Amino acid sequence: MAYVSLPHEAGGFAALGDGTRRAIFEMVAERARSVGELAGDLPVSRPAVSQHLKVLKEAGLVRDRAAGARRIYELDHDGVGALRSYLDQFWNQALAGFKAAAERQEEHP
Amino acid sequence: MSIQSTAAPVRAEVVVDAPIERAFTVFTEGMNEWWPASHHILEAELADMVFEPWAGGGIIDKGIDGSECRWARVLVYEPPERVTFSWDISLNWKHEPDPEATSEVEIRFTAETSTRTRVELEHRNIERHGAGWEAMRDAVDSEGGWQGGLDLFAQHLRR
Repeated sequence: MAYVSLPHEAGGFAALGDGTRRAIFEMVAERARSVGELAGDLPVSRPAVSQHLKVLKEAGLVRDRAAGARRIYELDHDGVGALRSYLDQFWNQALAGFKAAAERQEEHP
Repeated sequence: MSIQSTAAPVRAEVVVDAPIERAFTVFTEGMNEWWPASHHILEAELADMVFEPWAGGGIIDKGIDGSECRWARVLVYEPPERVTFSWDISLNWKHEPDPEATSEVEIRFTAETSTRTRVELEHRNIERHGAGWEAMRDAVDSEGGWQGGLDLFAQHLRR
């Protein structure tokens, strides 16, 4: 496995490192949803979904708003958090590929 | 609504077991050998990716159907230590013709030993895309463009 360090500000990328959290993020990116809706479509408890949403919110990826008695979660359009996360993820993946290519050529010049 | 005027750059780094000249060459002219194949901006499947190794050159995606897209401008080319190129790709993964709405990527190469190189990457000015994102959201009333962009974004995350 290639060594690729995560920068300190890679909060968004780290937040998407967890499979369940990524699934939640993708569902929220598709359309705004409540905790109950998310928990209903995933094999995890409501408190677990809430905890994942808290991490995503702190990473600037999602935001919440009140809708009656419920809280609805949606993608954070205002910030560039989502884009940063995407690029964090992209470059870490790309650099791992670059490392493999650079070292492969070194072995077989 | 709040719009961030600046955003912290995205940074990543990697240490490779290769001399600095090789690391630089593989990163630039050898880009087609390591670039994630799923990430390109052509409709057609990617056939090749060409990095023009000079300031003023470009990075060009070439599709199997003959289509082409020049998605980056090489801004600084200083082998084997530094290369900078623009990121002329919009939020919905299409070519961005307006330079004001593009970000840039700088890569610095440092020899740790004669066979080991540290590669530091900084993708900065990404808030320029953010401004475009805002404008797009305001211009397009949900459904088509905006949601389409989000779907594409989620799709790319899934890859």
